[in-house]
Amino acid sequence: MAQIFHPSMNTVARVSIFGAVFIAAAVVSLLLLVVRSPYVTEVGVVREQPVPFSHKHHVGDVGLDCRYCHTSVENSSFAGIPPTKTCMNCHSQLFTKSAMLQPVRDSLRTGEPLKWTRVHDLPDFVYFDHSIHIHKGIACVKCHGEVNEMPLMWREHTLHMQWCLACHRRPELFVGDRNDVFAATSDSTIDPRLASDLVAEYQIESKTSCSTCHR
Amino acid sequence: MFRDRCRARRRHELLTRSVHEELDRARPSLTRRVSMGMTVLALFATFVGCWQDMADQPHFEPLETSDFFANGQAARPLVPGTVARGQLRIDTVFFEGKVRGKAVETYPLHKVAEHFRVAEQFRLSGGDERVMAQILDRGRERFDIFCAACHDRTGNGQGMVVQRGFPRPPSYHSDRLRDEPVGHFYDVITHGFGRMPDYADQISPADRWAIIAYVRALQLSQHAHVGELPALDREALQRKGGTP
Ligand code: HEC
Ligand code: HEC
Ligand code: HEC
Ligand code: HEC
Ligand code: HEC
Ligand code: HEC
Repeated sequence: MAQIFHPSMNTVARVSIFGAVFIAAAVVSLLLLVVRSPYVTEVGVVREQPVPFSHKHHVGDVGLDCRYCHTSVENSSFAGIPPTKTCMNCHSQLFTKSAMLQPVRDSLRTGEPLKWTRVHDLPDFVYFDHSIHIHKGIACVKCHGEVNEMPLMWREHTLHMQWCLACHRRPELFVGDRNDVFAATSDSTIDPRLASDLVAEYQIESKTSCSTCHR
Repeated sequence: MFRDRCRARRRHELLTRSVHEELDRARPSLTRRVSMGMTVLALFATFVGCWQDMADQPHFEPLETSDFFANGQAARPLVPGTVARGQLRIDTVFFEGKVRGKAVETYPLHKVAEHFRVAEQFRLSGGDERVMAQILDRGRERFDIFCAACHDRTGNGQGMVVQRGFPRPPSYHSDRLRDEPVGHFYDVITHGFGRMPDYADQISPADRWAIIAYVRALQLSQHAHVGELPALDREALQRKGGTP
């Protein structure tokens, strides 16, 4: 009976067995790259918003405090998104003809709220609370980045469990003075001695049990 | 919501499947195989959809939309006249800055302290002087958040927003505003004044009074001689680093 495969096929077979390892590795690493890519994690991705609201202008240039708009961030789990009335505090007099602000004026007239697109959104099986982080000296900038540089809002971090835990395991690397929590920028390094003093003063514990966040 | 949608999709799946089976009996097997494949794929898609059940559960997060109500908001406005427990606002001095329609003249320190004590967010301790100092601190913080954008940190009315074209408010350091009773300031914050917007939604009544205490301190800081100040204001002044 004639040989079905030519002897050179031996090489092909060997190469392809060898290559299969690489192909498998390539597929796995591609998958890993995809789940870490901005396409999935949304890091650095800006969303379509009804009004191109700029934190760079309002926080960076005008110098507004976060709490002017995100009024509930100190006392509640939810930071709060400002109602139309808050925008109109200033824009009833400023840029009253601007086309960019037309949706805001329409919203005030009709009473229909502006529909902002969420940028940060944890799955519902995760419990998160702003107020405890604020009271324990974790600054906005540690989680949201320098919003005073953001013409449109984006996610600075993945919000993966891994990311939460990196800080919950070693809060001393991230803690800062309570009075500087709302500052838009921060020098990322803090003197380790000062940090451990703050951890003691604010009685910060390392909370890593599952029921902290999954309750 | 989500679960309903998944259930509806599954029901739809079953229906399409039975239609497919009828078709299969009438048609050659290639179609049958393709449609089998499609069904499996569609079923798969159904369950992929359902995997998100836990990530987007059928309760509403704050400010979430809902297509159930006409204006698209899940949160319902309070029925007019609703009084939350502990929020009956009959004390007109504290909640309106008025007694029998006239602006309050004297600062209601004890009421303000009492309200701060009830709101745990802000701890007060010590005698009247200590309490006043803490209220002033709180007032400065709130003033810088809510008022400084227009009135500037010194109260001269040249804040950043004014520099960008907002009508210029009067300086606090005029004889008229120094002589206005505290109740007038409360009224301005609560109901607005001329082209100034109201801050009733953004600032709680106790915080409004804290801001007023601080505005008074600002006025003193630009007017009085250090010698005439009570120890308390002198202290507040020193902390501010201002000059008389
Ligand atoms: C003038 C009002 C205003 C001020 C001041 C302000 N914000 Fe915002 N912020 C908004 C509005 C409106 C949105 C929703 C639109 C958007 O996402 O850009 C928002 C969105 C955000 C979001 C994203 C919310 C989401 O969808 O996940 C973050 C984070 C945020 N702000 C942080 C801050 C921080 C930190 C500060 C202070 C340094 C601050 N903001 C000051 C008005 C304000
Ligand atoms: C405290 C006053 C104040 C409030 C409150 C405020 N703005 Fe502004 N806004 C300004 C000023 C001042 C500018 C001009 C910024 C500049 O010149 O750098 C501005 C500019 C803008 C512009 C023009 C485009 C730009 O960025 O230059 C838009 C759009 C805008 N604001 C939207 C909003 C929305 C939406 C809100 C409500 C969430 C809001 N603003 C709340 C003061 C305010
Ligand atoms: C420990 C990290 C952390 C800190 C510190 C933090 N945030 Fe957030 N923020 C988050 C996460 C996580 C979410 C998404 C919450 C969700 O989906 O439920 C979020 C959401 C938001 C939102 C959207 C509305 C909401 O509450 O879901 C705003 C606005 C916001 N943050 C503003 C702020 C401001 C202002 C500060 C500082 C005062 C701050 N955040 C500090 C992690 C943080
Ligand atoms: C930059 C640091 C940091 C990051 C990031 C961070 N946390 Fe925290 N978190 C803390 C600190 C500090 C505490 C206070 C611990 C304590 O009680 O002493 C805390 C407390 C909490 C608590 C309250 C615990 C309790 O017992 O009430 C919850 C819930 C929580 N974090 C959830 C999260 C979630 C979910 C994320 C990720 C989305 C996250 N945190 C990210 C620093 C952080
Ligand atoms: C500091 C807060 C925190 C703690 C503590 C925590 N988790 Fe999570 N967990 C999260 C967040 C945030 C997510 C969502 C991640 C995402 O959206 O990708 C999550 C997601 C998950 C998921 C779903 C993963 C997926 O891909 O959908 C599982 C399962 C889980 N956690 C299990 C645990 C277990 C088990 C523990 C205890 C050993 C634990 N978690 C402790 C914050 C936490
Ligand atoms: C958006 C800019 C803006 C902000 C923020 C603002 N004001 Fe004003 N304020 C004004 C303007 C403009 C006037 C002048 C109104 C007029 O005469 O039409 C004014 C006037 C006043 C007056 C004088 C009233 C009189 O009798 O003449 C007082 C007192 C006052 N504001 C207090 C405050 C306090 C307290 C805050 C913070 C809670 C505040 N304002 C925040 C713009 C602002």
